[in-house]
Amino acid sequence: MSKLAYVREKEIPQSAPPITEVGIIKWLRENLFSSWLNSILTVLSLYFIFILLKDFIPWAYGAHWTTGSIRECYDVNPDVACFSVLTARWKQLLFGFYPPEEYWRPTLTFFLLILSIIPILFTRFVRFFWFSLLYPGLAIWLLWGGSIWSVAIIYFGLGLGFLSFLIMDSRLIRSASISLLAACLITVLFFMFLASFSAEMLSSLIPIYLPYVESLKFGGFTLSLIVGVTGIVASFPLGIVLALGRQSDLPLVKMICVGFIEFIRGVPLITLLFVASVLLNYFLPPGSNFDIVLRVIIMVTLFSAAYMAEVIRGGLAGLPVGQHEASAALGLTYWQSQRLIIMPQALKISIPGIVNTFIGLFKDTTLVSIISLMDPVGLASLIRADTKWNGIYWELYIAVGLMFFIFCFGMSQYSQYLERKLKTDN
Amino acid sequence: MSEQPNEREIDRSKMEVTDEIAIHISDMNKWFGNFHVLRDINLEVKRGERIVVCGPSGSGKSTLIRCINRLEEHQKGNITVDGTELTTDLKNIDKIRSEVGMVFQHFNLFPHLTTLENCTLAPIWVRETPQKEAEEIAMEMLKKVKIPEQAHKYPGQLSGGQQQRVAIARSLCMRPRIMLFDEPTSALDPEMIKEVLDTMIELAEEGMTMICVTHEMGFARQVANRVIFMDEGQIVEQNEPVEFFNNPKSDRTKLFLSQILGH
Repeated sequence: MSKLAYVREKEIPQSAPPITEVGIIKWLRENLFSSWLNSILTVLSLYFIFILLKDFIPWAYGAHWTTGSIRECYDVNPDVACFSVLTARWKQLLFGFYPPEEYWRPTLTFFLLILSIIPILFTRFVRFFWFSLLYPGLAIWLLWGGSIWSVAIIYFGLGLGFLSFLIMDSRLIRSASISLLAACLITVLFFMFLASFSAEMLSSLIPIYLPYVESLKFGGFTLSLIVGVTGIVASFPLGIVLALGRQSDLPLVKMICVGFIEFIRGVPLITLLFVASVLLNYFLPPGSNFDIVLRVIIMVTLFSAAYMAEVIRGGLAGLPVGQHEASAALGLTYWQSQRLIIMPQALKISIPGIVNTFIGLFKDTTLVSIISLMDPVGLASLIRADTKWNGIYWELYIAVGLMFFIFCFGMSQYSQYLERKLKTDN
Repeated sequence: MSEQPNEREIDRSKMEVTDEIAIHISDMNKWFGNFHVLRDINLEVKRGERIVVCGPSGSGKSTLIRCINRLEEHQKGNITVDGTELTTDLKNIDKIRSEVGMVFQHFNLFPHLTTLENCTLAPIWVRETPQKEAEEIAMEMLKKVKIPEQAHKYPGQLSGGQQQRVAIARSLCMRPRIMLFDEPTSALDPEMIKEVLDTMIELAEEGMTMICVTHEMGFARQVANRVIFMDEGQIVEQNEPVEFFNNPKSDRTKLFLSQILGH
């Protein structure tokens, strides 16, 4: 018995760790040379990086930037890159066939885009959210041109619908669903009977015009951004609705959502884009001119909304059932508990998947080159068909790839920031 | 399970059972698929009663109290809470839920909200209390459960006992007239059970109508005015605690008590 008994009489003081446990040495030991196998792999990797860079750096560093064609590049030094193609054609890669004297419009739209997403991305700027709401109309007007009133009247109509909903819901009817229905009716009536008339009148009274640019002139990175950003913004809420619909207790709602999701996921995006560019015309009344860029945006949006719905469903399934029960037990209604309890958590769990879908969507915009819209990849083929630049590969595609990489990497970094910010345990 | 003698004297001055009926359950039946979970439940709870429901696992005791605020739907019979009958009418369900507080075994706090936000959420959205006032109520309730200093922490940063006390405070912020406890201490480390039980005892001392599903027999002896024993979806025996523990009538109850008190 006495051998088991032990009582500590003196506290052991804290002491400094051994030198191999701190700083750079510890990091190297743990991460690069933790075992024989890892050390060999480290050395091999360093060697691979070396042989890659050994050829790439001189190739890129001594590159030609000012020659007039690929022939001139080869005549001077065929072993280095010929970035002259970018010098000559960078405007086309960015803007497609947009009229050169109007380049300021997509440029301004792009910078305003950055301003408008800041309030959405960072909560401390949320007081500028009104600009994010205003931005889509502004962007449409800047990019396509025409009279500012045709865009403003859309805002006016939507605002009218929203206001009438608020007034009816709080003062007159006090039933959210009936007010919503009535507000929708008012909005539809406004657009059917008053909108075009008042837009024309305002245009003649206060003419604010930009020259009209047709959709087929859009191209390059501008087009990728238009399709990508609109697709992202529109597919997110649609995905949430589909995910909720898929979990609904109402059989019809559930059936429609499941059918939609499974159908869209079962069909390649290219097929949908062909439908958008060719087949849709057969289904529309003759003479109707449905903008091609809009058609593409709709297809891309539907496509990624289906994926988004599944990603969000994963997040919903990851929530303990106790969260639903606790919010129900407190007396929250279905929509309150979805909005305040379920969605914030489900979306947080799904951030990696959501951003994955966003990035996928953004890169998929290059598929529009299949239906002869000139996105950067389509333009690269076009430029290579020019006799002056025939035979150039790497330089163009590196540039296009780099542009996409910057945006996709940005999204990925933001998602990681968001995950860190939203982490609430410990 | 454990019979923890509490050193503190219970203040019984406000613990009185009135004649007013808080909950009335008659001939209530419930099935999960083909499984008959609750059979012919008849129960009348007066305002101010403190009822402990015990029984082996699977006996339907949790299901019973979950029927009272419609987390589970009963298929036959009537449940009336505070004069409002539970039907498929959503308005009645919402009304009852906002007046009946519930505390769960696994706390079910909202992990993305701070302690304070957990407490103010329902008052703000369900009762439409102004935020400032809701926060004052929340702080008052957090003081009552003795963790006002944790108001701005997230649930994930609290210990189990603290989380359960926040869950109690969250329910109290709705000023409920009835509190349901579904095994509130079963998921806790032994060291933390006492702090939660103390909170529950204080609630009882204030005259709250309580139904507790629990195996804390010490709590039942001290606080309850009635103990209900359930088995296989039926109420087998109910009595006041002294009689129930010292002089159980049915064999099933005797067996159960000998198993949980016998070590």
